[in-house]
Amino acid sequence: MNIPYTVETRPDTGLNNGKLGIWLFLASEVMLFGALFSTYIILRTSAPVWPHGELSIPLGAVNTVILISSSVTMVMAWASLKLNDWAKHRLYLIGTFLLSAFFLVNKYFEYSEHLTHGEGPWHSTFLAIYFTLTGLHGLHIIGGMVVMAYFIGPGAALWKRNPEQFVNRIEFTGLYWHFVDLVWIFLFPVLYLL
Amino acid sequence: MHVDAEAVRKSVRTYMMIGAALLVFTGITVAANLLHLPVPAAITLALIIASIKASMVAAVFMHLNHEKQWIYGSLILTVVFFIVLMSVPFFTITDTFGTHVTGPAAGHEAAAGEHAGH
Repeated sequence: MNIPYTVETRPDTGLNNGKLGIWLFLASEVMLFGALFSTYIILRTSAPVWPHGELSIPLGAVNTVILISSSVTMVMAWASLKLNDWAKHRLYLIGTFLLSAFFLVNKYFEYSEHLTHGEGPWHSTFLAIYFTLTGLHGLHIIGGMVVMAYFIGPGAALWKRNPEQFVNRIEFTGLYWHFVDLVWIFLFPVLYLL
Repeated sequence: MHVDAEAVRKSVRTYMMIGAALLVFTGITVAANLLHLPVPAAITLALIIASIKASMVAAVFMHLNHEKQWIYGSLILTVVFFIVLMSVPFFTITDTFGTHVTGPAAGHEAAAGEHAGH
């Protein structure tokens, strides 16, 4: 038995179920990160002093450029499918995967720099919220990479069986990925610059 | 899919331009940090730039500039709850229940009490 409304739109919502589902999921993600940002504001406003310059701005800026570039390659992976260009889609999706891997490598260097100096989350309130926010964001990056790896690998077979459903799935992956980029757009100035 | 393809072909150029604009705004954010503005001004500027960047990602990459009503509806609800969530720090900061009154009058009374005790 097929799952209904994976490709065709529901008459009541005007959307397929996947599209509404991913947006509801993203709405819950907004509240998750919102709670942590709210915590950050409370911690920061109640702290007598707040450290500046503890994080490497060049590394943070490079990671911002990487994530923005990955958002462009992700939307291009979807657009290529719409244009029926499978080879370009593969190129852009693999590109997005590699860019996200670069992001994590940078993060690894950043984390190890702090941890080798004994500056873990236990060291200060600032580092506690820094590791919590960036750690959760990093987990989202890994989650996105797992989904992309699936569509680069075994999940790619769906393109031959049901191309429209495959295009939808790439679109939903893209929506998630852009959200992860969007969160970083706020994390970078809040943690690295202010 | 042909009509779709034509629209997508036009959108590709927009995606590239938005990508470039996002990189430029990132450069502006970092450059503004080098100006060493006062903290309130720096926070305001950084958050304004971040909001512009986030709006561009949401509107163009996530196609929110032309979505269905159901998605707008669920997002409006999210925004309402998000505003409530962001108000929590404000209420926490302005909350004075259970805190000691440390105004000049209270200090004077405390001093008077100590004096009477001696």
